[in-house]
Amino acid sequence: MFEAVLLTVITAATPLLIAAVGELVVERSGVLNLGVEGMMIMGAVVGFAVANQTGSGSLGVVAAIVAGMAMSALFGFLVLILVTNQVASGLALTILGLGLSGMIGEAFIGVPGLRLPELYIPVLSEIPFVGPVFFQQDALVYVSFLLVGAVSYMLFKTRAGLILRAVGDNHVSAHALGYSVVRVRFMAILFGGACAGLAGAYMSLAYTPQWVENMTAGRGWIALALVVFASWLPFRVVAGAYLFGAVTVLTFHAQAQGLGIPSQFLSSLPYLATIAVLVLISANRRLTLVNTPACLGKPFVPDR
Amino acid sequence: MKSILRGAIAALALTAAGSVAQAADLKACFVYVGPVGDFGWSYQHDQGRLAVEEHFGDRVETAYLESVPEGPDAERAIERFARDGCGLIFTTSFGYMNPTIKVAKKFPDVKFEHATGYKTADNVATYNSKFHEGRYIIGQIAAKQSKTGVAGYIASFPIPEVVSGINAFMLGAQSINPDFKLKVVWVNTWFDPGKEADAAKALIDQGADIITQHTDSTAPLQVAQERGVHGFGQASDMINFAKDAQYTAIIDDWAPYYIERVQEVLDGKWHSHSAWDGIAEGHVVMAPYTNLPDDVVEMAKATEAKIKGGWEPFTGPITKQDGTEAAADGVRLEDGAILGMNWYVKGIDDKLPQ
Repeated sequence: MFEAVLLTVITAATPLLIAAVGELVVERSGVLNLGVEGMMIMGAVVGFAVANQTGSGSLGVVAAIVAGMAMSALFGFLVLILVTNQVASGLALTILGLGLSGMIGEAFIGVPGLRLPELYIPVLSEIPFVGPVFFQQDALVYVSFLLVGAVSYMLFKTRAGLILRAVGDNHVSAHALGYSVVRVRFMAILFGGACAGLAGAYMSLAYTPQWVENMTAGRGWIALALVVFASWLPFRVVAGAYLFGAVTVLTFHAQAQGLGIPSQFLSSLPYLATIAVLVLISANRRLTLVNTPACLGKPFVPDR
Repeated sequence: MKSILRGAIAALALTAAGSVAQAADLKACFVYVGPVGDFGWSYQHDQGRLAVEEHFGDRVETAYLESVPEGPDAERAIERFARDGCGLIFTTSFGYMNPTIKVAKKFPDVKFEHATGYKTADNVATYNSKFHEGRYIIGQIAAKQSKTGVAGYIASFPIPEVVSGINAFMLGAQSINPDFKLKVVWVNTWFDPGKEADAAKALIDQGADIITQHTDSTAPLQVAQERGVHGFGQASDMINFAKDAQYTAIIDDWAPYYIERVQEVLDGKWHSHSAWDGIAEGHVVMAPYTNLPDDVVEMAKATEAKIKGGWEPFTGPITKQDGTEAAADGVRLEDGAILGMNWYVKGIDDKLPQ
């Protein structure tokens, strides 16, 4: 039974994880993109629509990524070229995404979806406990693990990651050194959009294979909060996403067990738990300050 | 030049007159708590609206607003409809109760119909369906079909309508298997497919092999289909989402009631009431029985006929969870007690959230 619970925790946490890792890269480059929810839901609807029309789940996933990137490209144009306020543009993106997805999705409401197949990794999935939990999941769960590893490696062990972090910490100096701040940030924004779109595809193609309006139900905002929770460190994002997912799933189990805890309190527990852990891990202020991108949210206009 | 101007004015006047002549006799407006595409609660209300449009043709114009959250936004939406010239406004969720009463006070000439509420006024009627009749039937089916003797119930909010549904389900199950167990999970939302799916998974992992819900999406049934267990659709026939998992569904058919009320407004005979009809009047319909052995279908149909004949599922002996007697043998529970139900029947192990 514990195994079954762990399986559901992983599926609950994966969309949060993927979206949060993408947003982490964006924020490390200094841009605050509040449009995660909008990009996620666009990914969900486009992924579902394409998968439904072509009959291929993989094409749906690819289309979702493209949709997420398209939305974020719009955001990138607004905040990098036109230098509009990042907070307002992000919020506008979310509202646009929610409305646009509802419009596109109208034709697909009530249509049973197709679910991404699970991938069985041959020998490893036979291992008694760990096997099914870690090696018998649908493809996107593995992608989420790989994504975290890749992002962590790129950010801290490669030159490209160094440049990204430099742009996020002090864009004036980075510009003076000759790095194209706008180009670096735009690439980061595209990556964030791709991840959000992928997370959305997970919602509509693997988690609950259907399309309904607003199906992300605020998960984009939770992903956004998780980035801050994680002090912009990829492995802490994993901890945050799994903590949140685990507490959510456990509250249902607690109710099903008949423990008698008021359900309204249980509903708030994931958020309370996240805040509690955040307070604990923020005790090390130096670590937090070192990792916060100093130019987060600041517009960049180079003096030519 | 002058003749062109005169011609234009004449044309304008004619079109104006023409459009006035074609105006509908009544504008009926609907406020939904979820998207029409939820394929559950709000979808069925919209089917009722479409039936009204079809029945009355040009005489009645309809409009709707979907996904209106319960709370201050609701008041704004209802008031907007009232100002827009709606003569009859249907507010289709329990949480719209206070906003409806408030707006009704400001617009005494507009008529309001509030679903599943209990506050009425001179221009506010309430209407409800005896969903619990359907719940009793599916409770019986669940007890017959369950191999583990445990069912999972995904409930939204602890309001009397939901509680009476749970109790009716349990009573139906207990009539077949007195030791039947029920696990209830409160998701505190009417519509969140992700959360509902999580709750369904948790219940199945805890041993339930029948899933039923009082929430509006098809997600729990989909989970049931994947996991190889069975369940019941809520508010509309969800067989397309769960070909092998759905036994039946409780379908709310609002069309006859809506057509009747619109007709009454058109005839000038509308007055406030508290309507509460069920299977007998055709407001609650059971979806075709699928994936069931013949004898269980027979039993379900027999119970349906019994309820159509006037039998009330909440007929004693009914014992409350705390041991006190709610209804003696053969005594029907009063309507007020059912509509205000805030206790569990004996046999449910959970504590009811207050």
